[in-house]
Amino acid sequence: MRPISYSRVADVGTAIGTVSADPESAFLAGGTTQVDLMRIYVEQPRRLVDINDLPLTRVEELPDGGLRLGGLARMSDVAEEPAVVRRYPMVAEALLMGASPQLRNMATVAGNLMQRVRCSYFRDVAAGCNKRAPGTGCSALDGINRGHAVLGTSECCIATHPSDVAVALVALDAVVQTEGPAGRRSIPIDDFFLLPGQTPEREHPLTHGELVTGIDLPPLPVAATSRYVKIRDRESYEFALAAVAVAMSVAGGRITEIRLALGGVATKPWRARAAERVLDGAPADTDSFTRAAEAELASAVPHGMNAFKIELTRRTMVRALAEMAQREGTA
Amino acid sequence: MKSYQAIRTAPAPDSAVVRGPGEVAVRLRVNGETRTMSVEPRVSLLDALRDRLELTGTKKGCNQGACGACTVWVDRRRVLACLTLAISCENREVATIEGLAEGDTLHPMQQAFLDADAFQCGYCTPGQLMSAVALLAEGHAGDDAEIREWMSGNICRCAAYPHIRAAIRRVRDEQGGSGAAD
Amino acid sequence: MSPAIGGTLNRVDGRFKVRGESRYSAEVPVTNLAHAVIVNAKIASGRITAIDTSEAERAEGVLAVLTHRNLGRVATVPRLLPSLAGLAAPGQTFFPMQDDTIHYGGQPVAVVVADTIERADHAGTLIRIEYETTPATTLLDQARDRAYVPERIFGGLLPGHASRGDVTKALAEAEVCVDATYRFAPNHHNPIEPSASTAVWEDVDRLTVYDSTQGPNAVQFTLAELLGLPPISIRVVSHAVGGSFGSKAMVWHHPAVAALAARHVGRPVRLVLSREQMFTSCGHREEQEQQITLGARADGRITALRHHKLSLTSPFDDWAEPSLQSPSVAYTSPNYEGVYHLVRGNTITPTFTRAPGEATGMFALECAMDELAERIGIDPLELRLRNYSATDPESGKPWSSSGLTECYQRAAELFGWHDRDPRPRSRQDGQWLIGTGMASALYPVTQPVNPQRARARLYNDGTAVVEAGVSEFGTGVFTAMTQVAADALGIPVERVRFVGGSSDLPNVTAAVGSAGTSAVGSAVHLAASQLRDELIRRAVADDHSPLRDADPANVEVRDGKMVLRDRPDVGETYADLMHRTFAPDVEVLGTWNPPPQDAGYGVHTFGAQMAEVAVDADLGVVRVRRMVGVFAPGRVLNRKTAHSQLMGGMLWGLGQALLEATRMDPRLGRWANASLGDYLVPVNADAPDVVVDTVEVHDEVVNPLGMKGVGEIGVVGAAAAIANAVYHATGRRQYELPITLEKLL
Ligand SMILES: Cc1cc2nc3c(=O)[nH]c(=O)nc-3n(C[C@H](O)[C@H](O)[C@H](O)COP(=O)(O)OP(=O)(O)OC[C@H]3O[C@@H](n4cnc5c(N)ncnc54)[C@H](O)[C@@H]3O)c2cc1C
Ligand code: SF4
Ligand code: FES
Ligand code: FES
Repeated sequence: MRPISYSRVADVGTAIGTVSADPESAFLAGGTTQVDLMRIYVEQPRRLVDINDLPLTRVEELPDGGLRLGGLARMSDVAEEPAVVRRYPMVAEALLMGASPQLRNMATVAGNLMQRVRCSYFRDVAAGCNKRAPGTGCSALDGINRGHAVLGTSECCIATHPSDVAVALVALDAVVQTEGPAGRRSIPIDDFFLLPGQTPEREHPLTHGELVTGIDLPPLPVAATSRYVKIRDRESYEFALAAVAVAMSVAGGRITEIRLALGGVATKPWRARAAERVLDGAPADTDSFTRAAEAELASAVPHGMNAFKIELTRRTMVRALAEMAQREGTA
Repeated sequence: MKSYQAIRTAPAPDSAVVRGPGEVAVRLRVNGETRTMSVEPRVSLLDALRDRLELTGTKKGCNQGACGACTVWVDRRRVLACLTLAISCENREVATIEGLAEGDTLHPMQQAFLDADAFQCGYCTPGQLMSAVALLAEGHAGDDAEIREWMSGNICRCAAYPHIRAAIRRVRDEQGGSGAAD
Repeated sequence: MSPAIGGTLNRVDGRFKVRGESRYSAEVPVTNLAHAVIVNAKIASGRITAIDTSEAERAEGVLAVLTHRNLGRVATVPRLLPSLAGLAAPGQTFFPMQDDTIHYGGQPVAVVVADTIERADHAGTLIRIEYETTPATTLLDQARDRAYVPERIFGGLLPGHASRGDVTKALAEAEVCVDATYRFAPNHHNPIEPSASTAVWEDVDRLTVYDSTQGPNAVQFTLAELLGLPPISIRVVSHAVGGSFGSKAMVWHHPAVAALAARHVGRPVRLVLSREQMFTSCGHREEQEQQITLGARADGRITALRHHKLSLTSPFDDWAEPSLQSPSVAYTSPNYEGVYHLVRGNTITPTFTRAPGEATGMFALECAMDELAERIGIDPLELRLRNYSATDPESGKPWSSSGLTECYQRAAELFGWHDRDPRPRSRQDGQWLIGTGMASALYPVTQPVNPQRARARLYNDGTAVVEAGVSEFGTGVFTAMTQVAADALGIPVERVRFVGGSSDLPNVTAAVGSAGTSAVGSAVHLAASQLRDELIRRAVADDHSPLRDADPANVEVRDGKMVLRDRPDVGETYADLMHRTFAPDVEVLGTWNPPPQDAGYGVHTFGAQMAEVAVDADLGVVRVRRMVGVFAPGRVLNRKTAHSQLMGGMLWGLGQALLEATRMDPRLGRWANASLGDYLVPVNADAPDVVVDTVEVHDEVVNPLGMKGVGEIGVVGAAAAIANAVYHATGRRQYELPITLEKLL
């Protein structure tokens, strides 16, 4: 790690002011991404502004019946918050399937959305990588890309967005609350994550020094019947090879409400809108699930080693939907 | 038995004061003792413990958050010392393996690890122990499936896993229930 | 007093370990310490054309930047000889930073020494290096056509090819044939403790190195040759080692680099490898492919075995892990041919990796056996029994001991093997297809070449210190030696202290090839027995002893008291005798001369593995539900630690079967997943409960205690049992490790 200076701030205004004033500074939350990437010289800020004392750690009720996750709430705390577990089980599940207990005790939910990709070329400063060093090419395109994305890719970058909880949040249409030098913003979560396109280095619409203060979960009764399915090689402590967040209501054998998102296979947490369109109002049966998965994956593009992910995702989607439907049917 | 009791966190006294990049005086509370050292802000809690305070019980296996060997408690939660900056732990309570036993008397979890042969080379062991004691306090040792999942942040390359679970079960059962009583 | 051997004594170093008090090599307190960090080549083949260290040299806290230009030349690079030989044992016959040539990705090109670890690491990134790159070979597929058959492999210890009978004819005449090719991803040891060396020069010709190694003496001898110093100038200490699995069996460049750097800066230097460097600095299990051709009669009797292996080695050494040894003697097969084919590539020399050779060779054979059983329509266990060889099929000599059929039987009982429906896909549990599989386990008993020594000293209070240079890296050897010495001396284990981990102590070979405990154990047993005999001799010769004039053969020791075997009330304690005769201590050096390699017996360790897997019918995910392993490792010194090692070995097999693969990017010539986040090893949730049992066999040939070793046999066959279970569950044969889910979609 290169030498850095450090300060610890106690209020939001100072945090934003300090970071926005210094282009070579960065926020430090749990540090599980920030310190890691600085140690391998992928990120090289000269100054860290520790925001862990900011009063943004709580989970609060919103007047509209939704829930606000404080930006600095820890993954482990949010996962055990009764309101989250009851009303948004897939959020709790996605959190608990991520990283490890120790990391979840450190990592914040805002930091989780802001984490960088796990592409090994991104993490290797000697390799070409458009995201880390624009214009140097994408080593993963013809490289070791088993874990890479099949949806939302571009010729410039195929790295998978690594977050689990973001997948659930995208399914729920959560809203990211920010505060920056130019004031406050509410950013629909789907707009919060950018496709790589020609500018893979740009991952978020945030300006430098803009702070994620919270994440709002809308009041959504269907979210109470939701789950997160994560497929990986190892049984724990690993990022997803494919993941599905699904919330579903079924009445009279038909799907009355559906929210579906994919993780581990796309360059951003992937709202599966094409699949949702197929499922909305359709019979809750394997045939619909398969058609929905195929509709969503029609645009998938394989790259060498990751071709299997298309079939894996199709099957994982069918599995998640079928289990959800069965649970709904028997509930 | 000491360990894992709640500790109040005092607010930081020095908001927005810029420190570093050179060496600065950093004061840590480790295992109940105050320790001061001169380190650069980039120094991790792990390197501060191992190289500056000679508390080498906390191990470095990957320095990337991927093995759990560096597990310590900060403000009574198990965290990874390799991804934590030492300077960010001022005014927080750090607990390491060296503080687990009560003098010559091993913590029940240490004794259980010894009896169950829950380690071979012993290099992952301090991290496993700090996780295992925390696990009981968290109430995540209800059954084997839960122990397996909630101990998966600590890699043991000697693969003592079944014995680690046996040790945890023993302490849990001695304490009655899932262990939150510690 | 019941014997300590065979008991379940807790690890004698366990208290230190659970308290975090054991000092591993990077943790020994040293004053005025400087930190070294190695910088590695980012290309796999070529030449350094320019190197600019000026910015690094100017960086704060930097004491030196060393490259091929100023590191200094090593005196001699010793020949590659497995550390079991007891001599110098470099991991490869190449020492980096001697010239500007780059032979492999990750080759050390510079070393930075600074006052703190952070400063050294950062300064390393300030070195500017320009390369001229030449085409590199890093994958087998790039150079199959360049394969050759080496005359000898493995440091010259093993032939590159071997045969008996006429395999071609036998295959042509066979009633049933199985021919299959198996591919193995490279594997890395990844002990959780990265290798570390701390070098302290007390004087120009007096060096102490704290090193994480399986053999302090091997490090001493290797450093002596590299540095051009006599062995008396070098002391190597290894108090505690955080796992090795072969990565610390040979001596790699880092201890010498630490010593050279320390000499250069005139301060003690600590050099710790990063996790990433652990993938390019201490060898690995090489990428390989093995073809097995089995010929059999319709009743399953094997008539021919052809076993060819193709693997990647370095530009420097003809190294292949010896995959053909155990398969060649596993079953009666009158006709046999085994050939190693090597391809030179741009890699560090591969090395021992737990169950070196057998982990892959027995995988191939045992998967082929499963296919043969199915082809013939008999139970896989029955096929093994039909081909059981009561003698070493290679030499025709009897086994020194076997126990294999008992292992099969006991494993089958513990596992419930005989209830098995042999049809694939015959069992399902919800979404999971359930399958079971088995394999035989064989591991050769390797003997050290040179005499093994240990020293035993009894004090006049009846306590004893026993010493040997062996290091403790998780095998439990310190504990087992305490037990061996206690029993031989006839005193309780609490009164024995075993001291190891230093080249100053009596020389024993590096603890490799599962031979460490038996080699040092034999020496300790002899030393302690001779010490006991010496005290008995003094007692019967002493006029004041109640034992005077007794027949020494009629004296035994119980709880520190020498007594007449038939009149236990007559006798005296060691302490009494020593006090009376003014002896503060009595000391003996015991030397065990290993039997010659050809002692008229086949010597192997045997076992049986069984596994049950669940395979997600749609998603291809494989989870191992249970494993049973029964082994016949000869005398078990400590049931607790021995079972732990066997269990750990079996779970290694699980990792090999399902998870572990280092992936080479041939364009960069570097590993693409050199981290513990990307090179997956099993975590707690992956590890099922494992049933381990041992079958007693008595072996008078191998060594005085009849030990055959438990370090590696647990790995052997475990992956095959899992792969065979996957077939049973799914009906799909697996020819490539690891079995990741895409292979089952
Ligand atoms: C070994 C390992 C395994 C992991 N496995 C998983 C997994 O399976 N699933 C998963 O989802 N994640 C996983 N993670 C990632 C982990 O969840 C993230 O690193 C973590 O959530 C980041 O949060 P943090 O608070 O530590 O962020 P930091 O590291 O502190 O910050 C990350 C980035 O966000 C910025 N930032 C932080 N807070 C804010 C804010 N409030 N507003 C604006 N910017 C901010 C920082 O400046 C920095 O750029 C894993 C991480 C590791 C190391
Ligand atoms: S996939 Fe993206 S992150 Fe990975 S190398 Fe290509 S550009 Fe970089
Ligand atoms: S050293 Fe911190 S997780 Fe490995
Ligand atoms: S005991 Fe060796 S890594 Fe766990």
